[in-house]
Amino acid sequence: MPHISLVDVTKTFPARRRGERPVTAVDGVTLDVERGQVYGIIGYSGAGKSTLVRLVNGLEPVTSGSVLVDGVDITTLRPRELRRVRQGIGMVFQRFNLLRSRTVARNVAYPLEVARVPRAQRQAKVAELLEFVGLTEHADAYPEQLSGGQQQRVGIARALAADPSILLADEATSALDPETTEEVLSLLGRVNSELGVTIVVITHEMEVVTRIAHRVAVMEAGRVVEEGPTYDVFTAPRTETAKRFVRTVVRALPEGEELAALRARHEGRLLTISFTDEAASQARVFGALARAGVDFHLVHGGVDDIQGRVYGLLTIAVDGDDAAIRDALAQVGPGVTVTEATAEPAGPAGPAEGGERDG
Amino acid sequence: MDEVVEILPDLLEQTGIMLQIVGLGMLFGGAGGLVVGTALYVTRRGGILAQPVVWWLLNTLVNVFRPIPFIIFIAALQPLARVVVGKGIGTDAAIFAIALAATFGIARIVEQNLVALDPGVIEAARAMGAGPWRIIRTVVLPEALGPLILGFTFAVIAVVDMSAVAGLVGGEGLGNWAITYGYRQYNPVVTWSALAVIVVIVQLIQVLGNTLARKVLRR
Repeated sequence: MPHISLVDVTKTFPARRRGERPVTAVDGVTLDVERGQVYGIIGYSGAGKSTLVRLVNGLEPVTSGSVLVDGVDITTLRPRELRRVRQGIGMVFQRFNLLRSRTVARNVAYPLEVARVPRAQRQAKVAELLEFVGLTEHADAYPEQLSGGQQQRVGIARALAADPSILLADEATSALDPETTEEVLSLLGRVNSELGVTIVVITHEMEVVTRIAHRVAVMEAGRVVEEGPTYDVFTAPRTETAKRFVRTVVRALPEGEELAALRARHEGRLLTISFTDEAASQARVFGALARAGVDFHLVHGGVDDIQGRVYGLLTIAVDGDDAAIRDALAQVGPGVTVTEATAEPAGPAGPAEGGERDG
Repeated sequence: MDEVVEILPDLLEQTGIMLQIVGLGMLFGGAGGLVVGTALYVTRRGGILAQPVVWWLLNTLVNVFRPIPFIIFIAALQPLARVVVGKGIGTDAAIFAIALAATFGIARIVEQNLVALDPGVIEAARAMGAGPWRIIRTVVLPEALGPLILGFTFAVIAVVDMSAVAGLVGGEGLGNWAITYGYRQYNPVVTWSALAVIVVIVQLIQVLGNTLARKVLRR
């Protein structure tokens, strides 16, 4: 049984005033999150991902469809039962949403008060959590005395206080600088690996997803347009939206002015080689070209780490006999795709565009 | 100077009565305003206890009564005062009118300060499984405490102002004393000493309010 299961979920907000149209923020989404998984949901702002995550803990009621948490359809629960379920689902926010009237320790204690945990146990649990997030010495500080990264760590400690089995992170790193983002991401990683908490991460920052998400869903206009293991989605995106996202992290194909500049500088053909981590494919490409006596040099691209696996996109300028190049590349085998760098924006080895973006 | 010494016992007595009117008026009006203002905030659309009909009723009630000039309000309220406090005239009747008028005024002050709260912290409390009453008690009011203290300070001073009109229904206090024995009997010493005491009291209230708010807000 999946830990979280959304079945044909739709959320429509009524028109705010006469003449406006109702807004469908989430449109027929179906997806499963397995226990212990880190599940990324990516999309541009307005794609419906923040609304989607609020359906999981019932902060927003669904318009139709069902939301199963541990097999229980939370859309049918009464308010009191729903609040009980929420105690088992932690949530972390972009703007931290800490209580300014409370110290760090009392913020972390809040969910324990809600769960009516006795004071002594509360104090022990708070101390343990502050230790886990490395903020023991700031227990008596007020939120505004902490940096953004520290405040988010308080937010995470608070979200974990009631021992939830699920953590929802809504743009948890989007208000942080790169260094503190790293700090918070590794903490989320520990929450998943050490505590076994299932995490749903909503983000528009692709680094977040490639770092910690095992599986990813790409949202556009309220729908999930692409879904799969993070490595697969990032190395072979099928939809235009996914491709645009992938380009922001994976050193992309040269396009437009960049490509024109490369063309002006290099004679011969420009080939882009995309390779995955299958059997040292990179070495095989270069070896084959060298053996065929083809002269080549690297002009663009890079190698990325996605979920601890290698993915690269390298553009080379080759000078040599067309037939020799073709023969050489034919020997390369699986894990490698070669495309001619053209002015057309094309995804790495992707199928022809069109038909995938249903309007 | 001799004149001041002569009126001193009256001045002290009337100051005491004014403080009693203001204190009781604020006690009831402050509590009433806090309840009505919080109710306006939680029942509004999108609120944690959204109840459009209740909100509409409260909002209309406040809108109808709040703009009435207090000098008319206190006179018009006499029949109701007779029912509630037993007499339509006297200090008690004045306190009753002040408490009611303060309720409507303070309700708006409370509502304004609560509306300014970051909805994010309310959402966080909901996400942690807190119910509406707990959220009001542990999030809404504590988070807005600083501005609320400043709002109540503002209200106390407005109530001091109202207390001067108590004489209209036969209530006592510094305001009534200044008008009856100062203004009407051409005795500026009475008027000015009453004024001086009121200025000092208002200053003290403001300083106290500012200090408390600063402490709560930590800035």
